[in-house]
Amino acid sequence: MKDEKSLKKEHLLSVQDLHTSFFTDSGEVHAVNGVSFNLDPGEILGIVGESGSGKSVTAYSIMQILASTGKVTGGKILYKGDDLTKWNEKKLSEFRGKCVSIIFQDPMTSLNPVFTIGNQLTEAIKLHTDKRGKDAWDRAVELLTLVGINEPERRMRQYPHEHSGGMRQRVMIAMALACEPDILIADEPTTALDVTIQAQILELIQELQKKLGMAVILVTHDLGVIAELCDNIIVMYGGSICERGTGREIFYNPHHEYTKGLLRSIPDVKNMKERLVPIAGTPINILNLPKGCAFCARCDNCMKICLQEKPMELDINENHKASCWMNVKEAFEGGAR
Amino acid sequence: MNTPLIEVRNLKQYFPIKTGLFKTELLKAVDDVSFSIDAGETLGLVGESGCGKTTVGRTLLHLYEPTAGEVLFEGEPVTKDNLPKMRQKMQMVFQDPYSSLDPRMTVEDIIGEPLDVHKLFENKKERRDKILYLMNLVGLNAEHATRYAHEFSGGQRQRIGIARALAVNPKFIVCDEPVSALDVSIQAQVINMFEDLQVKLGVAYLFIAHDLLVVHHISNRIAVMYLGKIVETGTADDVNYTSIHPYTQSLMSAVPIPDPDYTRQRKRIVLQGDVPSPLHMPSGCPFRTRCRFACDKCAEAMPPLTDRGGGHQVACWVK
Repeated sequence: MKDEKSLKKEHLLSVQDLHTSFFTDSGEVHAVNGVSFNLDPGEILGIVGESGSGKSVTAYSIMQILASTGKVTGGKILYKGDDLTKWNEKKLSEFRGKCVSIIFQDPMTSLNPVFTIGNQLTEAIKLHTDKRGKDAWDRAVELLTLVGINEPERRMRQYPHEHSGGMRQRVMIAMALACEPDILIADEPTTALDVTIQAQILELIQELQKKLGMAVILVTHDLGVIAELCDNIIVMYGGSICERGTGREIFYNPHHEYTKGLLRSIPDVKNMKERLVPIAGTPINILNLPKGCAFCARCDNCMKICLQEKPMELDINENHKASCWMNVKEAFEGGAR
Repeated sequence: MNTPLIEVRNLKQYFPIKTGLFKTELLKAVDDVSFSIDAGETLGLVGESGCGKTTVGRTLLHLYEPTAGEVLFEGEPVTKDNLPKMRQKMQMVFQDPYSSLDPRMTVEDIIGEPLDVHKLFENKKERRDKILYLMNLVGLNAEHATRYAHEFSGGQRQRIGIARALAVNPKFIVCDEPVSALDVSIQAQVINMFEDLQVKLGVAYLFIAHDLLVVHHISNRIAVMYLGKIVETGTADDVNYTSIHPYTQSLMSAVPIPDPDYTRQRKRIVLQGDVPSPLHMPSGCPFRTRCRFACDKCAEAMPPLTDRGGGHQVACWVK
């Protein structure tokens, strides 16, 4: 977003032209196609998109935890200037947890049912720090207190099934924070939770982010959650970034046909009874990506060029970029006038 | 006064749960719920998971035999004996469009099954015509008729489910989380279709969902449930903008609004703790363990729903 500055300053995380593919029986699936973004310390970045948009795969690529069929086929992921796609497994396992941590959507399945919470928490601590025995236990209790769990000592001795969904997600967050990472990736952290519990967890993430000063990447399909939490937003569709900018820019001044469509298809708080305007068609099949803009098949303003060439990313203003040929057309017409 | 299309009186649904080798306890999934729905109206039913909203929908259609209470359809009680007749007037659309359609049946057979069951056609041509009419109604093409459910996307499958529900020409449909499995852009397509069908066919909906924005958008009235009981009911705007019950207030304030300025200036009431287990329900008002205003009276008895003006009913001692 700040191009002149980025030359001088090193970003905490810099993803450059990332390509990730899955090699399946039906061929190579291009899940992420040329995604680039930067993340600075203390920033909350939201990645929003529908299923199949490549938002989770982008997150998993950063963590290098793709399924066995998945592979980063191009681009760089620079953590403090060092390209982690070239690291070996030993270096990566140090990196995971210590530098970057992730919390997943489903707190029910991300904890091991046959070990106590304490056992699983101290495991993470022992793995990444030199704390052992009592020290590790105390640290775990401290973490549970940090994420707002009452009676942490008792909770440590309990198994995951004795905790509710919200509690488990808190435990997951505690585990992710065990080594005070610089970056926390939250992949749909509240999708499986009820609204009142969701509010608690979002508040907790916000509070911890301020307290610990880490950067957060929030991956979600929920525009409400994004609006509430994020400084900067990336909108993805079909494995590419359509639009990026500050929260206010994306919500009040969208410049990509997909973002516009997405905002029209949810009820407007100021006018609840207004009829929704859906995006026509069905979500993209990433097995069969079009040559041009990924959104062209569902776009009302699709032009000839949209079918043939991928749109370039254009600056709308200093806090806002969009990849849509409509903007190029407008800029061109505006210039001619 | 006109008879409402659906009237639910003191509906109770208890499930026996084995809690030990010889011990069973009663789980009160729905506990003394009453409401009514007029013809062509949409009642939204909201609440957190486990509050019994799905059970209300299912008990209403006698998919579960109610423990107590009755359901009246146009003034006539729904019983075991007149169920086949009643099911022609009341139908259901399920949440998961992936598991609610038989993978071994073609679309034509799925939509045609209710027609077969209720023998609503004279000959094969009429059956086929009806199916094509229904498919057209929900925006499916005629050539889709011979395909199987797995060939369709989530949104299209939900359309098949809706066509199946509409096949018997019902006056009332229970929609149990019909859009929550769909992507945002597809949700809007299905919501618009529900609205169009209501205008066209005059069906009434019980719209069960946890997405409060969607429910507010589609519903005329909303009922809020907490642990098997209705705690507040009124027009969609009343419940959303001028909610009275402390639970509704915190629920509404917890909804993330896709509007950065609006959502950040808003004061959020974050509830402490989790929903208590329905097996060990607190005495009196079930919400009192998480309520900011709870007093001694709340522990003694469940507050009744009282009218606060214009049909806006609230069950709370304090507010």
